[in-house]
Amino acid sequence: MSMPYYVSPEQMMQDKAEYAKKGIAKGRSIIAIEYVNGILLVAENPSASLYKVSEIYDSIAFAGAGKYSEFENLRKAGIRHADLKGFMYSREDVTARSLANGYSQSLGTIFSQELKPLEVEILVVQVGHNGQPNEMYRISFDGSIIDERTFAVIGGKSEAVQAVLKEKGLTQPPELQAALTLCISALEQIGNQKLSLESLEVAVLDRARDGRRFRRLTPTDTKQLLAT
Amino acid sequence: MKLPFLPNYDDPSFFDFLTQHHPALTPTGRSGFLQAQASAEPMRGAGTMSVPHATTVLAIKYQQGVVIAGDRRATEGFQIAERRIEKVFKIDEYSAMAIAGAAGPCIEMAKLFQVELEHYEKLEGVQLSCEGKANKLGQMVKANLPMVFQGLVVMPLYVGYDLKRAEGRIFKYDLAGGRYEESDYHAIGSGGKDARNTMREHFLKGLAEPDALKLALLALYNAADDDVGTGGPDLVRGIYPTAKIVNATGITDVSEQQIRGIYDGLIATRRSKEN
Repeated sequence: MSMPYYVSPEQMMQDKAEYAKKGIAKGRSIIAIEYVNGILLVAENPSASLYKVSEIYDSIAFAGAGKYSEFENLRKAGIRHADLKGFMYSREDVTARSLANGYSQSLGTIFSQELKPLEVEILVVQVGHNGQPNEMYRISFDGSIIDERTFAVIGGKSEAVQAVLKEKGLTQPPELQAALTLCISALEQIGNQKLSLESLEVAVLDRARDGRRFRRLTPTDTKQLLAT
Repeated sequence: MKLPFLPNYDDPSFFDFLTQHHPALTPTGRSGFLQAQASAEPMRGAGTMSVPHATTVLAIKYQQGVVIAGDRRATEGFQIAERRIEKVFKIDEYSAMAIAGAAGPCIEMAKLFQVELEHYEKLEGVQLSCEGKANKLGQMVKANLPMVFQGLVVMPLYVGYDLKRAEGRIFKYDLAGGRYEESDYHAIGSGGKDARNTMREHFLKGLAEPDALKLALLALYNAADDDVGTGGPDLVRGIYPTAKIVNATGITDVSEQQIRGIYDGLIATRRSKEN
């Protein structure tokens, strides 16, 4: 019988992290950015039916980068968590913070205990209303959680996109149209190619709406928006 | 893939998820408690517990969709438990449900059904079909059967706008979960028979929206006239039945002002007949 090789915990974690990072960087980037009336989510996504951005609850949205099957699983678990909480208590008791914590715990445990870490990076965003601020949480494959302001980027060359957005030096949340233009130009600059509206997945959490605030913008909607 | 700290489940049904993982939260969740009580006190069988009951609700098809309406009274034996109870619920953008039976479990089922449909839509990315929604409600009624033996009846009347067929649809249920589609109109609850009698006399195919609404309110008025469990318009307190309209543009509440106007007209005609 052969003895297993000894691998130091540091080495093991490093290997796992490298493996996960490689998987996530293969994909394309997703941006969440605050605008005057809410939060805009823009993802480069050639598929029109396999979504990267989706609704979790009344004012909460989810975006996932990396391996589709893995973040899809996380998305579904998140919807269940939110619906259960809303049913058990009340709709206003469902918060992005509690959900982000759940994700962080879950990803952290899988990262340290399972052989293969999840190759995902996710965003949980919540639009604030009645004077409440927006909340944006970025959660990495190892469960680390970062509270973002103004904008957040996950997947692909996220750091480069982040740098481009930072350069613009946003002080005030822009209008929806300006925010969308900004996101598209940042994605185009890093990807070094022109993007068609059909290859973009766009959604908003619109503060002005009642009840369910998540809304997808079809290519026709975005075209109209950019034309005005 | 098992996710620690998050609910693990595979099906898109919220109701099934609750039944398996949080049975105490389902409407049937109280059956264990009730059975334990019944066996401890065999003399106090079903029906001795007094709970508020809700009464006449109805639905009528018209040219562009469906009108659904209900009175506002809940009774507990010979007492009035609640004068302003709401029995017609918006379920999603294209459907509504009205209830008769034990008020608490009824409202709970409506709430659970709302979450059920939203949950499915979010997980699957598409809405259930009108037929699918009606079937799901039937399964929920069926799951409530043990509670019926304890005296907690939940009887829904479901209406939806079928986007594929481009028409309004009405579904009624029996206690065992049987689902039947009605082609024109239906009413349930203690005053349901009286309301159906009125509708039978005045219903026409392809009614216009104002006429269908007026007929719905007239049927409720007549039911309240003959049935003690059904509340008519309360002119002193200003409490009127509620109604919703479901059609291709979605679901809309009929304003209280409009309902009040229709009742003022109805009452004036009836008064002139009496004198």
